[in-house]
Amino acid sequence: MIAQAAADSINVAQNVGFGIIAAGMIFAALCVVTTSNVVHAALWLVLVLAGVAAQYILAAAEFVAVSQVLVYVGAVMVLFLFGIMLTRAQIGPEKGLNNRGWAAGIPVAVVLLGLLSWAILDAFEDTTLPDRGPTTTSRISDDVLHPYLVPFLAISFILLAAAIGAMVLARKD
Amino acid sequence: MLAVNFLLLGAVLFCIGVFGVLARRNAVMVLMSVELILNAVNLNLVAFALMHGNVDGQVFALYVIAVAAAEVGVGLAMVLLVYRNRRSIALDELSEMHG
Repeated sequence: MIAQAAADSINVAQNVGFGIIAAGMIFAALCVVTTSNVVHAALWLVLVLAGVAAQYILAAAEFVAVSQVLVYVGAVMVLFLFGIMLTRAQIGPEKGLNNRGWAAGIPVAVVLLGLLSWAILDAFEDTTLPDRGPTTTSRISDDVLHPYLVPFLAISFILLAAAIGAMVLARKD
Repeated sequence: MLAVNFLLLGAVLFCIGVFGVLARRNAVMVLMSVELILNAVNLNLVAFALMHGNVDGQVFALYVIAVAAAEVGVGLAMVLLVYRNRRSIALDELSEMHG
């Protein structure tokens, strides 16, 4: 990646940062799907989500990065930890987290990765991303409130329905 | 910076998430793998927004984040309900509708 960057005279520091964060994210994601401790899986997932937020900043999407930290690292992870605590008694490694035929997932994932990489490299091999400053929040809000207003209202309704639905489902009686 | 960097990272995360969904038996772990998949998609959307020089992709990523939050809320409520009724959240034991 560094050699590539030098050849294309792109921002080397950006590429190095991207590579380090990406390696950490991939390692943490592999730990999420392989660890035998549910709580550890949730903590590795925090690392992946924080890495995604860092990549958003590298891609000049500050508002999305902040939302990622607020919603995912803040709210969703607390929800996951509550779910883990409420559904199991023992803390520590646990047997039977995987299906009997879990190994069949490996070839599926590898073949899928091969196909996706081939399609991506075929379509975007030489596309470079422009160097752009931070995206101002006003541009995003202009887009949310004008061309994408109807989806925005739909999302609001989905959140309301999900909140009420979750309460109705989890109520004890 | 090459666009392929972001897109390949998204593809790798997506495949790891797919493996998690296929391999895991615990319902909470499956929901975590679904989060990995959604984040891979978001990464692609933000990269495309940067590539095309507009913010449409970022708006879509924000919407996906909102839908993912709703999905986790309802999903965990359902897992809780299953656990309360059966004292277990192993997905392969939910086979009443198997026929």
